[in-house]
Amino acid sequence: MTDDRQLGQLATLVRALVAPPESDAALWASLRRHTQARIGLGRAGSALPTRHRLELQAAHAAARDAVHSPFEPDVVAAALTGVPTIRVRSAAPDRLTYLQRPDLGRRLDDIDRAHLPRDDWDLVFVVADGLSSRAVHEHAAPVIRETTALLPAEWRIAPVVLAEQARVALGDDIAQALGASMVVVLIGERPGMSAADSLGAYLTHTPRPGHTTDADRNCLSNIRPPLGLAHAAAAAKLVALMRGARELGCTGVALKDESDTALSVG
Amino acid sequence: MSTYSATLGGRKYTFAGLASLLAAASPERSGDRLAGLAAESAQARVAARWALAEVPLARFLAEPVIPYEDDDVTRLIVDSHDPVAFAPVSALTVGDFREWLLSEAADAAALAALAPGLTPEMVAAVSKLMGNADLVAVARKVRVVTAFRSTIGLPGRLATRLQPNHPTDDPAGVAAALLDGLLLGSGDAVIGINPATDSPKAVRDLLELLDGVIDRYSIPTQSCVLCHVTTSIDLMERGAPVDLVFQSIAGTQAANASFGVTLGLLDEAYEAAKGLGRGTVGQNALYFETGQGSALSADAHHGVDQQTVEARAYAVARRYDPLLVNTVVGFIGPEYLYDGRQILRAALEDHFCGKLLGLPMGLDICYTNHADADDDDIATMLTMLGVAGASFVICTPGGDDIMLNYQSASYHDALYLREVLGLRPAPEFEAWLDGIGLLDGGGAIRDVSGTAHPLMTIGKEIAA
Repeated sequence: MTDDRQLGQLATLVRALVAPPESDAALWASLRRHTQARIGLGRAGSALPTRHRLELQAAHAAARDAVHSPFEPDVVAAALTGVPTIRVRSAAPDRLTYLQRPDLGRRLDDIDRAHLPRDDWDLVFVVADGLSSRAVHEHAAPVIRETTALLPAEWRIAPVVLAEQARVALGDDIAQALGASMVVVLIGERPGMSAADSLGAYLTHTPRPGHTTDADRNCLSNIRPPLGLAHAAAAAKLVALMRGARELGCTGVALKDESDTALSVG
Repeated sequence: MSTYSATLGGRKYTFAGLASLLAAASPERSGDRLAGLAAESAQARVAARWALAEVPLARFLAEPVIPYEDDDVTRLIVDSHDPVAFAPVSALTVGDFREWLLSEAADAAALAALAPGLTPEMVAAVSKLMGNADLVAVARKVRVVTAFRSTIGLPGRLATRLQPNHPTDDPAGVAAALLDGLLLGSGDAVIGINPATDSPKAVRDLLELLDGVIDRYSIPTQSCVLCHVTTSIDLMERGAPVDLVFQSIAGTQAANASFGVTLGLLDEAYEAAKGLGRGTVGQNALYFETGQGSALSADAHHGVDQQTVEARAYAVARRYDPLLVNTVVGFIGPEYLYDGRQILRAALEDHFCGKLLGLPMGLDICYTNHADADDDDIATMLTMLGVAGASFVICTPGGDDIMLNYQSASYHDALYLREVLGLRPAPEFEAWLDGIGLLDGGGAIRDVSGTAHPLMTIGKEIAA
């Protein structure tokens, strides 16, 4: 996009300021069509007006509650009709432990590890509850469906693993146990005050538990249509990254998301 | 490795090596407990502080907490230490050093001269003997002034980062949040966006949007799109309008590797950024973010407590004369800093250590929704850090970042802080605010909700 076009978009907004609607409230309402950010809140002295202060507190309370709402693997499995699924847990036995012991959330429960079918899988999807089970319930299955539809038919895709009390790196452990060469972890991002249903996708090529670092992954965040990234767009970006990862033989900082410009990676 | 010991309550406590002594002397926090480094009891913690108070500062040069051979951050710390600058305090113990820092002898000039002689471990050690008020009192005396198109860190000034993030980097959404922030007098430290992806094209689009606004409005500030340093280097080579080069950094070689950076790569970015010469009143062109817990999160802490490792990140930062450094203090989550009390303590420690090492320290005073904290904690932290003389704070619309999903200070919070402490924006930015009619007679930001909108006139130029 050119500088002029971007300034043009800004100018559109500023035109709304130049010829403002009858009231300040209407002006900010028109600007708010473009963002969920809490803009144009007004002031009581230097502080927030009472209404906005209380709205923030209500949103905070909702986000705090979202962190503790339970993961229901059945919801995801039902939305993935026809797709085989396997359920696992991390080594974190409950939510409180999960929040304080990230090391346990990254490790597969030993009994579950033994039940994962080892094969020459090209890819495994791991659906991980993370910090928002709601995000996973709403967005994980559509992203898996859309992504799978774009992949070459010859790719061997493992059963979808539904993981409870899981962190991103649990995917490394799962992929290794399965013998999968690539893993996509779809995980509930921590709830914000304006978004309690945001899904993140982490792609890792040849993960090795204990060696793979965050720099070895590629991440798409804010998958939550209609306000965040759409399922189809997330799928297209994921597939572009996966193809690039296969060419490069790795994921991470060396692999850039160039899907917008259709440049090849590397 | 030496052992250190102290007797307390009739029991002798022994600590094997400086790293374990520093860890045991640290205030209680969940990250050190997670790492298995925390003091075994409250009494053991105080015993460690007694023992630490007796350690000569020079001992930290002789006994690196991470071996020289194993870690390039240690090598940087040791190799860049300035013995001449260190001379005035070279005979002191950590306990003596605390008292000297609190004394009148340690004025702004003395502290500025001392900075190259201090190592991260020395400042981390002394911070563990200090109360929250001590951390405020000493940090307040330190002034670190940097500049690009605005001047950061002058006495009586508080700058802000305007953070108009958007979950899909939508230009109109970013612009709407940008206007809101400017109307509330924010953005003199930087207008900085965390992009939703690290895609070079998305980053470039945002850079051009910000550059266009800064240029058309003649705003004396700088932009930053907080992408990976490799992306910035690539974009600089392709001629994108990069003002500040950003990178997250940490206090060990292995933790930096987890961010995909090396000192060599940062050297390359530093040279490239300096070569652009885009500043007007100065050429400090780097921007670093840090935060306690990142080394532990990357399993790269080498048995060093999270606050000491954090201070080591500042040794990395100061090699590159940055315009801005901020600790994103409550960002990672409760497994590292459990609640508002721990986040406040960490904020004061980070600010203190960064300032003593000569950095333009600011803060992202923040928390996540899985930590035990709320907006009252933000107000407490903001007030104490304002008194402590923080160079800048990060501000988001309503304190709610809709892209990173965490709570930070708001533009309103910054107005409050400037009001109660009599702080003003960076001088160049203040003049700009005045020029467009956003200041009232007393120098405060006018409430322009209503019809007399100062940005409208400028807006007409763009719309034309």
